[in-house]
Amino acid sequence: MIEQQTCTMVEHHPMDVLLRQDRIPHIWCSGCGLGTSLTAFISAVKDSGIPLDKMSVVSGIGCTGRVAGYLNLDSFHTTHGRALPFAVGLHLGNPCLKVIVFSGDGDLIAIGGNHFIHSARRNMDMTVICVNNFNYGMTGGQGAPTTPIGAKSTTTPYGNFEFPFSIPYLAAASGATYVARWTSLDTRRLKKSMQEAILKRGFSVVEVISPCPTLYGRFNRLGTGLDMLKTYQENTVIKHGADPASVAIGKDGKIIVGKFVDIERPTFLDMMKQGLGAKFKIPCLERDVDKTEIPREDE
Amino acid sequence: METESGVLTGEHFLSGNEACAEGALAAGCRFFAGYPITPSTEVAEHLAERLPEVGGIFIQMEDELASMNAILGAAWAGQKTMSATSGPGFSLMMENFGLGVMTETPCVIVNVQRGGPSTGLPTLVGQADMMQARWGSHGPYEVIALSPSSPQECFDFTIKAFNLSEQYRTPVLVMSDEVVGHMTEKVVIPSADKIKLTQRRTPRVPPDKYLPYEPDPDGVPQMAIAGQGYRMHITGLTHDIKGYPVITEEAQVALIERLVQKIRKNRDKIEEYEEVECEGADVIVCSYGISARISQLAVETARAEGMKVGVLRLIVAWPFPEKKIDELAGKVKGFVVPEINCGQMVLEVERCAHGKAKVILVPHAGGGTHNPDKILDAIRRAAA
Repeated sequence: MIEQQTCTMVEHHPMDVLLRQDRIPHIWCSGCGLGTSLTAFISAVKDSGIPLDKMSVVSGIGCTGRVAGYLNLDSFHTTHGRALPFAVGLHLGNPCLKVIVFSGDGDLIAIGGNHFIHSARRNMDMTVICVNNFNYGMTGGQGAPTTPIGAKSTTTPYGNFEFPFSIPYLAAASGATYVARWTSLDTRRLKKSMQEAILKRGFSVVEVISPCPTLYGRFNRLGTGLDMLKTYQENTVIKHGADPASVAIGKDGKIIVGKFVDIERPTFLDMMKQGLGAKFKIPCLERDVDKTEIPREDE
Repeated sequence: METESGVLTGEHFLSGNEACAEGALAAGCRFFAGYPITPSTEVAEHLAERLPEVGGIFIQMEDELASMNAILGAAWAGQKTMSATSGPGFSLMMENFGLGVMTETPCVIVNVQRGGPSTGLPTLVGQADMMQARWGSHGPYEVIALSPSSPQECFDFTIKAFNLSEQYRTPVLVMSDEVVGHMTEKVVIPSADKIKLTQRRTPRVPPDKYLPYEPDPDGVPQMAIAGQGYRMHITGLTHDIKGYPVITEEAQVALIERLVQKIRKNRDKIEEYEEVECEGADVIVCSYGISARISQLAVETARAEGMKVGVLRLIVAWPFPEKKIDELAGKVKGFVVPEINCGQMVLEVERCAHGKAKVILVPHAGGGTHNPDKILDAIRRAAA
């Protein structure tokens, strides 16, 4: 006998608890990967087990910089490039908080590049979600330090001739304890990585390759947002443990995704505790979340 | 003898920079982020040693942009926070000084002024950042800045700066200078119970009723801190009382009007100056910081020559004591304004004197203090 399933109307979307309803609709374009990235993030946050009141999200400026404003958490929308040092202050001001920086490639890697490498070097116990769309969306599609060689933007009209940064390589070389990359198409794996990153001690980085059909996609004839996702589908290669030095992204060709780095390394506060000895009096180093088990999904 | 409160009660022989650091600790500052820069470095060095002793955090950041942001972040975690710098670093801090003003984040920045522009004279004195202190970040805003003339005042005014920043929820500047920062004098630190401290007002309502930028009658909103369930959104964009971005002329007018008025309407409570023999004076020497001390010899010589000279020494440089200058301008022949720049605060004296009295600048491009003879000469001209 087949059991009859009934549909029930729910008044709220399961994500509602983490979205500021009075700020929706968001400003992002149709086809943008930010919505998916945010959805994955919200799922990761919910499943992380960290009390929501103890979690702060810090963004910089740009399309991704608007994430903080839609999240129903303590959320800080800072100045361009400065999300990380603000987050460093927030984290050290109260180490009991889980601090997450959610921002774009231009914000974190260009104007905020120095803060990025130094936060990684110190192994600040925080998570960075970096959405990389290979250009500056908010200001109309200019070239970024992530723009691949040959790609067009409003400031690289003849094709970009500057060498780009590879974010996982930069993060790993600077000292991050966790580095993963997914495209916004890999929603389940992205969510899992975000959750692992959130629960990882140390400086954890998740790069999200995200379509910007309005600008980067248009200038480079990559089609609609859906077309760009199809391109991701056909061109991504999962390579867990790949050498971060080998995952650079070109204008065309394969995009290597996966978890590249997952190591243990004492955090800034661990090192401070060791260095200061008896003088160290900062409470709350052992977050309860460190004991939380991460739900595993089958790959 | 130190108490648990971090107050180093007793009589000490301290430099101005060390006194700033002790003032911060006495005010309850438990987070300092900075970057080495002459001639302010001793503030950071002193706190690197002292903060761990009182359970605080010292961090040397990668630059002054980061330092400024870190103290804002830590302030939202509930800490009293400070950074210290000098000219080039002050320029970098201006970016997020504006974020502090816009998000109404209490914190203190010490600027030990040196000769500029650019790298200028790293080891020698200047007072040429006074207008940068007032206008250095973009956009319309009001600022609070104090100007110590001695190590004792470095201690006292740093506490005062913290109290003002907590009271009005805004970054407050201590505009010290190389000579005051490096001179070493007796500093008396009172017992903790004798030090009056102001704490920021925290929300009086539960999270569901809380509006981060709904002001109290004095224009200052209650400040939640991260991690307490208030789930606030804080942005450098123009925002409404919920803290949400609103990109309209109306929102801008409402917000900026309040940010400006919370200082202007309270200026009588904020303004502070020292008046010496201004009653019946023909000439007023209006100065601040080290220049106020240098002026003393010229003032005494002029008085010995029979001139009636008063001194108006700025303790709070910004907001500027408009009414006081206006009132004095109607009674005196002239003002003499010695400052180690090519004319900054003198513009304020001129503005507020409304043409009722002569205003004579005694400029100095920096690298040293005035020869008192030049100040004396200006006093004579003002009295003539």
